[in-house]
Amino acid sequence: MTVKHAGLRLIDEKGLRHDGRRPDELRPVAMRVGVLSNADGSALFEIGKTKVLAAVYGPREPPQRHTMLPDRAVLRVRYHMAPFSTMDRKSPAPSRREIELSKVIREALEPVVIAELYPRTAIDVFVEVLQADGGTRTAGVTAASLALADAGIPMKGLVAGVAVGKVDGVIVLDVDELEDSAGEADLPIAAAPDIGLITLFQLNGVLSRQELEEAVEMGLSAIRRLVDMEKETLRSSVTVMPGE
Amino acid sequence: MSTTPYKLPIVPMIKKQSYLSLYRKGARIDGRDLETPRNVRIETGVIEKAEGSAIARLGNTQVIAGVKIDVGSPFRDTPDQGVLTVHAEFVPLASPLFEPGPPDENAVELARVVDRSLREVGAVDLSSLAIRPGEKVWMLWVDLYILDHDGNLFDASMLAAMAALLDARLPEYEELESGEIMVDKSRKGEPLKIDHRVVTVTIAKVDEYLIVDPTLDEETIADAKIVVAVDEEKRIVGAQKTGGSGMTREEILKAVDIAGKASEVYFKALNEAISKG
Repeated sequence: MTVKHAGLRLIDEKGLRHDGRRPDELRPVAMRVGVLSNADGSALFEIGKTKVLAAVYGPREPPQRHTMLPDRAVLRVRYHMAPFSTMDRKSPAPSRREIELSKVIREALEPVVIAELYPRTAIDVFVEVLQADGGTRTAGVTAASLALADAGIPMKGLVAGVAVGKVDGVIVLDVDELEDSAGEADLPIAAAPDIGLITLFQLNGVLSRQELEEAVEMGLSAIRRLVDMEKETLRSSVTVMPGE
Repeated sequence: MSTTPYKLPIVPMIKKQSYLSLYRKGARIDGRDLETPRNVRIETGVIEKAEGSAIARLGNTQVIAGVKIDVGSPFRDTPDQGVLTVHAEFVPLASPLFEPGPPDENAVELARVVDRSLREVGAVDLSSLAIRPGEKVWMLWVDLYILDHDGNLFDASMLAAMAALLDARLPEYEELESGEIMVDKSRKGEPLKIDHRVVTVTIAKVDEYLIVDPTLDEETIADAKIVVAVDEEKRIVGAQKTGGSGMTREEILKAVDIAGKASEVYFKALNEAISKG
């Protein structure tokens, strides 16, 4: 639902955003892996006030055996928002939005997971939004990518995501909730830069062809940085034995 | 929870190879080139009891859209606007792939993509739907019913929804002294205020080829699809990649360009159906 904030200026005379960021600036980012003890892999990803937790279980036998595939693992993904993650309490029952986002997040991960290595199994990815301040689906993809790697699932590359938007006529990186609700367009994008593929792509709002290209460029360059951070986080999470 | 599809039809390798060898020559099995949609037929006013209705046929794919209109309360954050809701039902008579039951993720995604394509550009002027701002507004329900599935449900559904909204008329009503609104659905009044006409163009990626308006066979061999919503000025008013593979930056931008051109075919069919009434 688009809410118009009358008179609110999202870009000031210096070209800065309401929180002081430049148009192509990410909010502060934090990544941690191995944050849960039961899960085979887990990660916490924070970007600004958005906090998303992801856990991976598997490859394991799926509870419903008819969902198995003979030539590969099935990927099962749930995106879910905690009731306390938003200003107004969110009902914990899955909304239509969460059903759709679970699908697009799964489809953002399918291209990198080498599912053929584990026939007749399920790899489960659970994404819980602990605090929502814009860009939760793309934060979910980033957290899931870290959690999959932490679980040791073979992947063709890491994935990261970011929401690009248009506010007051300016293309901006990593929109927060205010910019998303008051802005003219929101373009969540996720990609696996190491294999050159965009794996999640949505546009809500109106953009010209040129603006679209600019937004994609801006998103991809941030995604490359996020994937580098993912690699650094994963490297520092493993202990290297002396002498190796 | 979203699960990797596990009951898709299996397409023989030989069939995929024959499709691909045709694409290489810029041709398709049904005689189209890669960037032309199938034959589009749209008929409006097919359900008299609905305030608006239309059936859209895209090749063998058929989708019917019904618009029902009632009086209700506005959302708190938009007190002077009517309410637009889009729902999709993949009824089991349409395809052996569909099962009875609540809408699955595909039906939810379809409805939400159609909803956003209408909403984000302001296709329907929702502020014209306030009866008493803050209290009583018109609620529009657009229900999409898939009748026959031969691929590309997005474009067919969007055409049906748009045509049904253009066909719709608000019912006549009286305001009682108590403040209650008495609607008389037997009397059809003003048409809806439609500010923009929008279509979606779906482009499937099969290996290195981008093809417009895929049939069901083509969708099953496709790696991924991208749905691009376009208005009559060819602005991009929405997009969604769907399917379990990725696309390159170049493919996405090329698909957006192809969509602008292909949208002309849909707009021509839509505008003809509406002027015929």
